[in-house]
Amino acid sequence: MSQSKGRFGVHGGQYIPETLMNAVIELEKEYEHYKNDPDFVRELDDLLKKYAGRPSLLYYAEKLTNTLGGAKIYLKREDLNHTGSHKINNVLGQALLAKKMGKTRLIAETGAGQHGVATATAAALLGMECVVFMGEEDTKRQALNVYRMRLLGATVIPVTSGTATLKDAVSEAMREWTSRIDDTHYCLGSVMGPHPFPTIVRDFQSVISKEAREQILEYEGRLPDAVIACVGGGSNAIGSFYNFIGDESVRLIGCEAAGRGIDTFETAATVNTGRLGIFHGMKSYFCQDEYGQIAPVYSISAGLDYPGVGPEHAYLHDIGRAEYVPITDDEAVDAFEFLSRTEGIIPAIESAHAVAYAMKLAPTMDKDKIIIVTISGRGDKDCAAIARYRGEDIYE
Amino acid sequence: MSNIASAFKNGKAFIPFITCGDPDLETTGKLVREMAANGADLIELGIPFSDPTAEGPVIQAANIRALSGGVTTDKIFDFVAELRRDVKIPLVFMTYANVVFSYDAERFMARCCETGVGGIILPDLPFEEKDEFSAICKQYGVDLISLIAPTSADRIAMIAKEAEGFIYIVSSLGVTGVRSQITTDISSIVKVIRENTDVPCAVGFGISNPEQAAKMSQYADGVIVGSAIVKQVAEYGREAAAPVGEFTAKMKAAIV
Repeated sequence: MSQSKGRFGVHGGQYIPETLMNAVIELEKEYEHYKNDPDFVRELDDLLKKYAGRPSLLYYAEKLTNTLGGAKIYLKREDLNHTGSHKINNVLGQALLAKKMGKTRLIAETGAGQHGVATATAAALLGMECVVFMGEEDTKRQALNVYRMRLLGATVIPVTSGTATLKDAVSEAMREWTSRIDDTHYCLGSVMGPHPFPTIVRDFQSVISKEAREQILEYEGRLPDAVIACVGGGSNAIGSFYNFIGDESVRLIGCEAAGRGIDTFETAATVNTGRLGIFHGMKSYFCQDEYGQIAPVYSISAGLDYPGVGPEHAYLHDIGRAEYVPITDDEAVDAFEFLSRTEGIIPAIESAHAVAYAMKLAPTMDKDKIIIVTISGRGDKDCAAIARYRGEDIYE
Repeated sequence: MSNIASAFKNGKAFIPFITCGDPDLETTGKLVREMAANGADLIELGIPFSDPTAEGPVIQAANIRALSGGVTTDKIFDFVAELRRDVKIPLVFMTYANVVFSYDAERFMARCCETGVGGIILPDLPFEEKDEFSAICKQYGVDLISLIAPTSADRIAMIAKEAEGFIYIVSSLGVTGVRSQITTDISSIVKVIRENTDVPCAVGFGISNPEQAAKMSQYADGVIVGSAIVKQVAEYGREAAAPVGEFTAKMKAAIV
């Protein structure tokens, strides 16, 4: 009898080539050991505090709140972390784990480049080799991040297969891992892929909601009414939700990239438009055709431009614990500009999807209600692309 | 039980792989007939998938050619049914778990059974996940082919004990594709397999010429060749049947 592991309801599992099975089994074993190892925990905690700059601020966006005229809005400022996004939380954990496991080389996929930059950063810090796979399309729309990774000593490999975006970067990183396992750890950037990745990445990202919960209790003396985060694979969202899952009164809202709209083919809103399937090592919801061919998805945001969603999100959707709402390119760009002007905070275009939904939701709520919006990353990397979207050509 | 066992009765088995619908199903039909006539013992038919994560560039490109040509799982089943009027050679499908899952595994296996497809290879379905499909496969007499890799180590015995049809030994780390050298100790892997099952085993991944095939056939019961053939299909397109037939004859001669 065989035994499937890492299930979230029907989702999850380990749908990967036999070549990788012993690698993920070893990873699970080592992770289970180190996550309870006091030295490992202390070392990681130290890195998060002294290197990444945690805890991140929970900022009361008073002007935004007053402008929208409804619920109080707090921003969980993951954009203030070192490297400019939440990705560093997971990467420091995995890189440290890989180092303890005796690995000397990190490989990673990246969409917007934030995970690639974080991985290249951790590799530089811990003295490891780093190779990042990035869709060729994304290397163009996120050229600044490509340069940052190279500056940090990483090799960036543009992926030309398929749609040349995040999905293809994941496929190529998996292919690379099957060819070189001994010295290499695949530092997966989201709560996706085969078990144990969805669990490991969630655990490392759950620091977001651990802090946010403590902070909001300190500032307001009560829990929020809603937590909003953007969802591609879903790592910042699961990190933002995780410690609130048991708090039934807290609405958990994931914002998917609807691209040009969920009634068009140019969308990446997986929960809203996808079906149950098996891909990239997991069972979950995927955008696909009737024969199971994975759809070429689209979003203005390279980080959300992915045809699947992490298995735990699929499960939270199934049981009705979290809601997943579509946000279009237009709405996200409006929110990107709105938050910049209102609060002086330029969010990543990914995070702008969460801001966009807060802009819809807050005015419908009473003034004594509280919303936490996770700003998963900073938007400097997106300025040139947004300018182009608005018809202005600027040099990066 | 499928008809796969008969493929291993004529000396060492030569098992070529092609992608259905590359560049069109008419060509696939010609290729199957030509390979069968030239000594292939079992043919692996790929059902294309948009994102074949276990494939190297050669077979990835074949998947794209086939899908852009408009081939679908339904068209492939209809094609195999048509093929079965005169082609008796054992056939297995090679595709990805999502292709079977999205078609509905039961409906998929029922059609395999109807069209005489004796087995299925799903490279993204390891031992731990096979129960989801194996009961349905059994019900319809379709062998769910197990893969064993150079990294399988302590897993070989466990996999071999539950293997059906044949065991696909992955010769090398990495993805499919032509390799100049195969360094894995295949004989040690086969030894452990033999201690645990009588199911025949065939070696694939990277084998591209008669010399490599001859060497691999010393250890295993069969040799699987994919990328080297798909390369010829890419080069000759609709005229590929003749060169692929010639190549098949050479490979079969090398391993008998």
